[in-house]
Amino acid sequence: MPSSEAPLRPPSEPRAKTALFARGALGRAGPRIQRFIRARQLIAGIPSLWLALFFLIPFLIVLEISFSEPRLAIPPYAPLIAWLHGWPVPHIHLSSYAELFTDPLYLRSYLYSIMVAAVSTLICLGLGYPMAYAIARAGEAWRTFLLMLIILPFWTSFLLRVYAWIGLLQNDGLINDVLLRLGLVHHPVTLLQTDFSLYIGIVYSYLPFMILPLYANLEKHDPALLEAAADLGARPLTAFLRVTLPQSLPGIAAGSLLVFIPAVGEYVIPTLLGRTDQIMIGRILSDEFFDNRNWPVASGVAILILLLLVVPIVLLQRVERRQLDAQPVEEAGA
Amino acid sequence: MRAKGVFSRTVLVLGLVFLYVPILSMIVYSFNNSRLVTVWDGAHSPTLKWYGVLLSDGEVLDAAWLSVRVALCAATVSTILGTLAGTALARLGPFRGRSLLIGMTTAPIVMPEVISGLSLLLLFVALEQAIGWPRGMGALTITLAHISFCMAYVTVVIQSRLAGFDESLEEAAQDLGARPAKVFWRITLPLILPAVLAGWLLAFTLSWDDLVISQFVAGPGSSTLPMVIFSKVRLGVSPDVNALATLMVSVVASGVVVATVWMRHRQKRRERDMQLAAAANL
Amino acid sequence: MNAQPSMSPEPAPPYVRLEAVSKKFGEFPAVDGVSLEIRRGEIFCLLGGSGSGKTTLLRMLAGFETPSAGRVYIDGEDMSAVPPYERPVNMMFQSYALFPHMTVERNVAFGLEQERLGRQEVRRRVGEILEIVQMSPYAARKPHQLSGGQRQRVALARALAKRPKLLLLDEPLAALDRKLRERTQFELLNIQERLGVTFIVVTHDQEEAMTLATRMGVMDRGRIVQVGTPTEIYESPVNRFVADFIGSVNLLEGRVAAVGAQDLTVHCEPCGCTIRAARRVECAPGETVWAAIRPEKIVLASDPSSGELGHNRLRGKVREVAYMGDVSICLVEIESGKTVRVTLPNRSGLAAHRELRHAAVTLSWDAGSPMILTK
Repeated sequence: MPSSEAPLRPPSEPRAKTALFARGALGRAGPRIQRFIRARQLIAGIPSLWLALFFLIPFLIVLEISFSEPRLAIPPYAPLIAWLHGWPVPHIHLSSYAELFTDPLYLRSYLYSIMVAAVSTLICLGLGYPMAYAIARAGEAWRTFLLMLIILPFWTSFLLRVYAWIGLLQNDGLINDVLLRLGLVHHPVTLLQTDFSLYIGIVYSYLPFMILPLYANLEKHDPALLEAAADLGARPLTAFLRVTLPQSLPGIAAGSLLVFIPAVGEYVIPTLLGRTDQIMIGRILSDEFFDNRNWPVASGVAILILLLLVVPIVLLQRVERRQLDAQPVEEAGA
Repeated sequence: MRAKGVFSRTVLVLGLVFLYVPILSMIVYSFNNSRLVTVWDGAHSPTLKWYGVLLSDGEVLDAAWLSVRVALCAATVSTILGTLAGTALARLGPFRGRSLLIGMTTAPIVMPEVISGLSLLLLFVALEQAIGWPRGMGALTITLAHISFCMAYVTVVIQSRLAGFDESLEEAAQDLGARPAKVFWRITLPLILPAVLAGWLLAFTLSWDDLVISQFVAGPGSSTLPMVIFSKVRLGVSPDVNALATLMVSVVASGVVVATVWMRHRQKRRERDMQLAAAANL
Repeated sequence: MNAQPSMSPEPAPPYVRLEAVSKKFGEFPAVDGVSLEIRRGEIFCLLGGSGSGKTTLLRMLAGFETPSAGRVYIDGEDMSAVPPYERPVNMMFQSYALFPHMTVERNVAFGLEQERLGRQEVRRRVGEILEIVQMSPYAARKPHQLSGGQRQRVALARALAKRPKLLLLDEPLAALDRKLRERTQFELLNIQERLGVTFIVVTHDQEEAMTLATRMGVMDRGRIVQVGTPTEIYESPVNRFVADFIGSVNLLEGRVAAVGAQDLTVHCEPCGCTIRAARRVECAPGETVWAAIRPEKIVLASDPSSGELGHNRLRGKVREVAYMGDVSICLVEIESGKTVRVTLPNRSGLAAHRELRHAAVTLSWDAGSPMILTK
């Protein structure tokens, strides 16, 4: 590096300079790109390649198979493109989609799944918002402890926690036991494999996903705003509705989407805790695939779920990007 | 404000109770001699019987071992890939394919697992047909699948950490003569190390816990621990699973407690140092 | 310690040359066609408010921004596109940007390590520079264990360790409290003289600029409005913006009545006074000009002489007196309703100036005081 004595290095070669001035408008990216165009391609390229292979291409394959026909073969579907005298002949079948749209089983399952996910999201919101609010307003020491309590279940096995509810909800389970002993009921109440148990399972599992984004948002609120509102004559409830709630909308949006989207396609919870007469769409996909060996229909189900979820997913990415951009710079090393 | 405070605090307590009762009930009943949850066999409990059953169950142990190996490998690779992706998104400014990368790293987080699992299995089948690899489903496919979805989480963690990172530190290092690669190694990486570790732990946990995706991409001979547990619990309550749950909760709880305590200790020490320096005030 | 023309303006090529440099962020021109020359060994201050473009200009000198147009020459070489790690320039950041995970010693050594010097050499030079900034006892501490003033010295030491020819300082004294600021100002001057480094300082604080600079440039909305020594800028501002930006000033608008060989007569109708200024300024009779008079140059007499005023005098009534300790600021309302600001040294204490409130007074100044501005 040039010290006082060493001669200065001549400026960069023409090609890099052109690249530089072509990107001049990018501002601070300028000097760095100049030397490290290749390194930069690697840094972004390697993960992109991996994801393209293991995320994008699989979806294309799912799409492809949804248009094929089930066969008794390995793999159990007809290839999409058959070669006839050297010319590719596409064999597109809409049979799987036809089945999905004509058999009421699928439509009912979709609607049921959406409803379950939506209701669960609302319950999570109703439960999680006050919890996040209380944590955000707690003192410094309490806050860390409370967050730890919220996060701890998240790190323990999801499957085991759902399983725990079986023990609580079954006819000879803890809750029925308590009810019987208290004399509130005379026969065990069927709690398991009902909508009730399904909601409990989903809310239970996804509650931290609602609380954390809400907390992250609420924590940033400036308490001075509420004081200003009070000073101007607003009652606590009014201040909450007019000051806190609007500011927390991004948190509400993020938390709700983080619950709703995966809940639609849930598999484990409905299987262990849910009804047997009305199943959710995730279970349908799995059954079609493993039990019926009907890969095309299973793929069709997947595509339709995706079409349904595309809008919420894009919304979520928008909300998160805005949150990321608005993040204040932290103390270095904090 | 007062009324609101009471309401939200009550809900908080109820919510915490709601979160912990199931866990605690499992722990308690893991020591219950009777199979039935409602019958506390006072005469013979508490007992470690079910722990014995658990630890001598070969299927469970094999599955646990497989899960550990897969999780270690998946966590490490996905942390590397996720750090690359997070750095690319946070530092490289606009580049071609950036929106695509953003989409590919945020979608897996919310994607229903059945879809991810299905698509990955179909990929492996297609690959096997086309180039003969991978040969059948097993530990390898499970690991590859786990890396792919864990990576998204790590990316979000790293990107978020870098976005809040004081860029003037990196600029100062460049100003002093360090090239961008060196800046990353000597300045950025050491300072985001806690986030990298958090990402690794997150990836490890997600891989270790994963059921649905594993079910799709596992082969006949390879079962992960969640798969074994799932097949057991589909038939109802199983006390040795209670024992397993207790073990896992204890490990995680001690880990979280230790980490939190240590972090607070470091924080307190920093604050004390800063106060001393300000007081000396040269 | 303002080293005045010991460096006389002569053919030595400027060490830093900016040639019509512009920087646009999208459509917004942060820096607009700036041309500047900075000589070796001087302390050049870029003074401006927020949004004036001074920080962007500094960053272009450091290499963190590339000019949208124009060129940056350092020591004769075109450095416009050279990245920061290849420039013989070092910067002291406003937030200090000390590496929190390294000790003071490692922080300062960092730049030297990039030069691939031997370990002994690095240690020696680190010790040397820490000695200069008086931070040797703190070599093993980490940044969070230092106070603000101490961190600033470490940042300075780190920037100087490589003995750069050019040092850029971004609001170096902004984070310090007043006492510390004064002390540090003089220390900076000492160090600069001792090491012979060229300083370019960016600041919004006029006092800082006036104390430190051998020459300064006033910036407004991306452009350099005036370049000169602090005296030139203060006593001969080129327009009303500069006159008003540095210190306070009274601006009296009027028309040129007569242009003499050595002086100028201006009629200020709104104020009802005639100004005779002993200055040569390019203007024509009838042209609208502004007479800028500094508050400390106005004499306040409490006897309201009636009758003809003559030139360079004004009658008025004292509205307010603000006691500042060392001076008092009088706001005097003149006949037209305008308020004139007068600074009076507190030679005899508070009581004397208190009496002036609501008093009728005569303001006067000598012919050398008004600065006539045509824009």
